[in-house]
Amino acid sequence: MSLVARHLEANGIPTVIFGVARDIVEYAGVPRFVFTDFPLGNPCGKPFDAAMQRAILETGFDLLEHATGPGVTVTTPFVWSEDDSWKKKVFTKERPFMEGEVLERWEKAKERYRRQKREGNV
Amino acid sequence: MADDYVRYIERTREYYLAEGYNNPYQWAHFEDIPFTPLTKSLRECRVGLVTTSDIAVRSATGERERVEAQTQVGGVYSIPFDTPAERLFSRNEFYDRYETNLNDVNAYCPVTRLREFATEGRIGSLPPRFHGVYTAYSNRLIMERDAPEVLRRCREDKVDAVILTPI
Repeated sequence: MSLVARHLEANGIPTVIFGVARDIVEYAGVPRFVFTDFPLGNPCGKPFDAAMQRAILETGFDLLEHATGPGVTVTTPFVWSEDDSWKKKVFTKERPFMEGEVLERWEKAKERYRRQKREGNV
Repeated sequence: MADDYVRYIERTREYYLAEGYNNPYQWAHFEDIPFTPLTKSLRECRVGLVTTSDIAVRSATGERERVEAQTQVGGVYSIPFDTPAERLFSRNEFYDRYETNLNDVNAYCPVTRLREFATEGRIGSLPPRFHGVYTAYSNRLIMERDAPEVLRRCREDKVDAVILTPI
């Protein structure tokens, strides 16, 4: 996603990314970034909370209109839950990120990529 | 606390090492960042949407589309912007399923919210379609093939600015 934003921006189209994985996006280096400290899956607000979703988008509109240089992160004020413990559980044995069929599909997709690469198709 | 956000790069590296994968993912990293200022008010802009949240469309009968195995890696697809939100869903499986769900497309691909802002005049207009990019497992593929294809489609759509949403 970050690479696509960078490419559009380098070719004259202003962009803004909405995301939750702050370190990954900032490590890549993107022109404008609206960060909400939520679990993976809801970068534009909580499900069915239209008011929050609007506020997050509005933050991005404001950034598009007012940024004067690249590499700006704006953090929205929203918190996922009063208890922050979900952050400590991400990617742990207690909460395996992928398992069962999901893990199998992911492995298959990676293998498909490796095979196509070997065959010179990608 | 605002500064205790999850460090995914560190966390995933540790997690996969413990799982026996010893080849940590190389996250894209650049020192220089491109920048194009917005030169007019958003009220006069056509605003595009690009997502990596793996959006698919349910059939008109409401039946959930069968999840087909993709035959290629990566790739760009486009979906009409006026597709009713209740027919859009995500096939992405890389979200925090313990904490949340993908039941509301607007939480990761904000089509309804953008239509509202266009109707209200906060943004000038929307193009006829939005775009998706499938996971490519390769930064080179994204940079050499998929990103240029997204640019080509965005130019065709004559957008002035683009909103991007991962999952």
